[in-house]
Formats: sequence, structure tokens, C-alpha cells
Amino acid sequence: MTVTGSAPAPGASQLRELVTPEGIDLRLRVGTAGERAAAFMLDAVFIIATLVVFILLLGAAVAALASLGVEEVRDGLGSAVFIVGLLGFFVLRNFYFVLFELGTRAATPGKRILSLRVAARDGGRLTSEAVFARNAMREIEVFLPLTFLAASGSAGGDPIAGWVVLLGILWTGGFALFPLFNRDRLRVGDFVAGTWVVKSPRQKLTIDLLDALESTRGAFTFTPDQASAYGIKELHVLEDVLRRKDPKTMAAVAERIRAKIAWRREAGETDAGFLAAYYGALRGRLETRLLFGHRRKDKFDKA
Amino acid sequence: MKDLQLKSQRFRAEREGDWRRLEGLLARVEGRSAAGLTDQELLAIPVLYRATLSSLSVARATSLDHSLIDYLESLSTRAYFFVYGARAGIRQRLGRFFGETWPASVKALWRETLVSFAITAAATVVGYFLVINDPSWYGGLIPGGLAEGRDPTATTAFLRHTLYDSGGKTPLAALAAYLFSHNAQIAIFAFALGFAFCLPTAFLLAQNGLTLGAMFAVFASHGLGFQLGGWIFIHGVTELYAIILGGAAGFRIGWRVAFPGDRSRLDAAAEAGRSAAPVIAGVVLMLVVAGLLEGFARQLIQQDWARYAIAGTTLVIWLGYFYLPRRRWRPA
Repeated sequence: MTVTGSAPAPGASQLRELVTPEGIDLRLRVGTAGERAAAFMLDAVFIIATLVVFILLLGAAVAALASLGVEEVRDGLGSAVFIVGLLGFFVLRNFYFVLFELGTRAATPGKRILSLRVAARDGGRLTSEAVFARNAMREIEVFLPLTFLAASGSAGGDPIAGWVVLLGILWTGGFALFPLFNRDRLRVGDFVAGTWVVKSPRQKLTIDLLDALESTRGAFTFTPDQASAYGIKELHVLEDVLRRKDPKTMAAVAERIRAKIAWRREAGETDAGFLAAYYGALRGRLETRLLFGHRRKDKFDKA
Repeated sequence: MKDLQLKSQRFRAEREGDWRRLEGLLARVEGRSAAGLTDQELLAIPVLYRATLSSLSVARATSLDHSLIDYLESLSTRAYFFVYGARAGIRQRLGRFFGETWPASVKALWRETLVSFAITAAATVVGYFLVINDPSWYGGLIPGGLAEGRDPTATTAFLRHTLYDSGGKTPLAALAAYLFSHNAQIAIFAFALGFAFCLPTAFLLAQNGLTLGAMFAVFASHGLGFQLGGWIFIHGVTELYAIILGGAAGFRIGWRVAFPGDRSRLDAAAEAGRSAAPVIAGVVLMLVVAGLLEGFARQLIQQDWARYAIAGTTLVIWLGYFYLPRRRWRPA
């Protein structure tokens, strides 16, 4: 086995306790800063794309109206187009996030793609007030920094205006980068609304490796000593190796295990077959011990 | 049935059907809405959810199949969010918002509202006296675009004309839509700025007041103060009230973030945010009303007294709606 020592499992720092009213810890994972940023970028792309399509449609409408002869009709419809455009932009800017997050999946399309969702930090219901509050805060997290960035273009050669804009960018940058400075990756909106963004992956139930390996069983018999050479951590690594089915890795791992348990390779024995059989034996052994209350963490654990 | 070797394998074979059924139901619920399910299926979800939770805790204790535990964790989490999530219908949510949440949350902000009002009023007075005594202040207080020629050098006839002529060729509905989206954005902004320890919100309110005061000074110096009052307050009662409430909501958040009291800063901020959010949602609605009044009523009604009457009526309606004692709202 290649993993040694007691380095924490990958992503352990994102694990958070959430105990349901039934008393079971669901072990949520908070979304990482990278995932959050990616989700936001996707949403920004969706919003801008919608806006562009919207504007093109309105432009087409205006062009169609311009070809109409009657002036009163044209003016009336023209202002209707203007109103629709203005309100459409307002709704998109302020309510895109709110409307999606009020849905059953509590996630915008960008968050869904990254399998994130919004949840109340206290484990209770995600209220519409919280959703509204967390998204109203985007005003200072996104639009205010953007305003200052836009102003930096117009400051021109005026040194004082330049300094003001620079200070503005630093000040508002603090809001935008807020998630990087706390453990739960809360943005200002999450902070104010009492929410956080957690992973909500839709995992498929994969086949139990043991079922798939039924056919290979029997050709191998391991002694109790051989079957208890490793602990749970190594078992999980072995499970990953078997599921990934990379021949090179399997060969290397099989070699290590054979050396460790002093197994003599027989003619016609494949690496995959050996690993599968050993996985079955090791898991059987460890699970039996588990039933008697011994959870053997890894190969260094003498329990 | 196959000959299953391990207890964890037998455990999985026995329970797998329930898990798959829950997964199927959840996929349908998340795809559309709960309306797509029959009553029987809806009632089955909590039962299956608890069965899955119990499977999860058994699996954690007895099974070493890592992917199985991952699967059960993700399935339980999805089901948890559905079972304990909010599923009130849109009509019920709206009823609750107008019947209870909105007025109650405005009422709870009365202290901040007074502060917000005091800042606006003080800034208005300051703006008025600055410009009355020295008209050169005007240019500093009001951006040129907003003034549209209404500055101290304008003639009385021109100023009178701006009060009663119906805004040139811009169609009224378009004007209303523009004014609404502009003001609503400012109100949401005032709320969000509160997070920066109140100061930017106070600044925004003061600027608003200064502009108002300076405008009054210009018109008053031409003997048109009373007429300007009608022109502004017909919609301004609603609009200024909305902006004051937006500022109040911002103050609540900034204050609780700066001085959380005996609670953790995180909890205090979350509580303040949740209690202030309905105020802002309501402010957006108030600004819809203000936009309509400004776009339509002001252009169509030309008598000063009629304008003042509408202003007074809207004030009474808002104050009554927010602050009069009421019975607890009950869903019909």
C-alpha cells in the first residue's frame, strides 16, 4: 500500500457536523472557495447570455416596430419594449439568484452543475428571508467592486481620483474576498443570512465489489494472519484501486501486498483476481472484528 | 438469491430496494415540484428517509464498503433537505408576508427607522440653509444631470414649468419603470452597505437629504416652495419612506455586526439579516408604488392641494399598515 502515516483524508477540513432531529450526523461538506467561484462564474455567464438574448429579441422587436407606419402605435409599443427591457434587467440582476434558491433544490443552475446547495447553518429550514438577505448582499460583494473597477477607467490622469478609486477597490475587494478569510467559506451574504453552501452530490449506488467478484472467489485461500495484515484505511485504498481498474496501479499494489503477506504467486494468477480475492478476505475479516467492537484504523493499529 | 458471504452484503441486499425507491422519488421531486407526486408517495418519503438514516448508521457501524456509505450519506442529505425544507405554497408564503412578516419586521425596526429619518431630515435642513445663504453650494450638492437646469440661476417661469408640465415626450409608463428600478437599486444598495458598519448607509441617506434640501432652497427662493412640496411629496412620501426603511435595515445589520452583544458575531449578524430582509423585500414593493405615483399621478394631477391630499393619504396608509396593532395572521 502506498499511503502511510496518519495524514488526514482528503477533504477532511471541509467536513461539518449536522445532526438531524433523528440524532444522526450527516457529515456535510462545505463547498470550497474554488467551487463557489466556479458556480458564480457559471451563473454570471448564464445571466449575461440571457441578457444578450433578451436585448437581441428586444432589438428585433424595435426593428419590427420601426417598419410599422402608424406613429401612435409605434410610440406605444416602443415604450412597452423599453419598459420590458428595464424591468427584465432589474429582475435578472436582483432575482435570478433568489428565485432559483427558493426552489426545492435551493441552488442556481451554476451551483447545481457543481452539486452545491444553500442550507441554513443551524440545520433548520431555509427561509425566504434568508435567501433574500444573502442575495441582496451581492450589491456590495459584486456590483460595488465592479463600479470601482469601472471608475478606474474613467479616473484618467487625475491623481486624486486615482487614489480614491484605488482605496475603493481595496475596500470593496475585502467584501468580495470575504469567503477566503473564514473556515466555512461564508460570503458576506451567508454571514448576514445565517446560511452556508454545502455539497449535495447525487451519488449513484455502485455495485458492491464483493458481488462482482463472486466468480473469482475460491481459487484463493488466505490464512487469518494474511487476511489481517491491513486495517480499514488500506481497505478503502484497495477499494478505490479496484474500482478505478488501472492495470499499472493494480500491478504495483498487488506486488506490495504479495510481498507483505508473503504470498507466492501461482501460475495463471492475474493481479485483478488476486486483489479482488484479497479485498474480499480483508473486508470479511475486518467486518467480523468490527462486529465485536474492534475498529482497526490502519495497519499500524494493533487493536 | 446468491449465496452472500458477509453480513454487510446481506444487509445491503435487504435494504437496497428502499433506498432506490427513495432515490427515485427524490429525483422526481427535485426535477419538478412536490405536486408531481401522489399523496401516498409524498407520505412515503419521510418513512423511507428514516429507514435510510437508520441504514446509514448501521452501515457506519458494520460495513466497510466505502462507496456504500458515501451513497447513503448523500441520499440521506438530499432527503433531509426535502423532509425538513420549506414547502409552503406560493399563495401561503405571500399571505404570510403581507399579513405578518412585512409589517412586523418594519415595526421591529422602529428605532433604526427613527435614526434613519433623523439623518435624512437633518441633512435636508442643512442642505436648505446652505443653498439659501450661498447659492454656490448648489452645484456641489446636486449633480448636474439630476438638476436638469433647475439651479439658482433659473427663472421663476422655468421652475414653475418643471413642476406642472408633464415631463416632455417620455411616456409615463416608461418613466415609472425607470424611476422604480433606479430607486429600488439604491434601496437594496443602502441595505447591503449597512454591513460596512452603518457609515456608508448614513452617508447615502445624508446625500439624499442634502439634495432634497438644496432643491427646496432653489424653489423657495422663487416663492415656489409650497408647490415643490406637492410635486415631491405626492410620490416622495412613499419613496422617501422606502429609502429610510432601506437605510434602517442597513443600520440594523451594521449595528449588530459591530456590537453583537452577548451573542456570537455570527449569530447576531444572521439574526439581524433575517429580521431585516423582509423590510427590503417590502421596500422594493413600496418603490413600485412610488414609481407609479411619480410616473402617472404626478403628471396627471396638477393641483397642489390634490397632490398634498394624495401624499397625506399614502402616509396614513403606510403608517397604519406598519404600526397599528393587529391580530396574529392565520393561514386561511
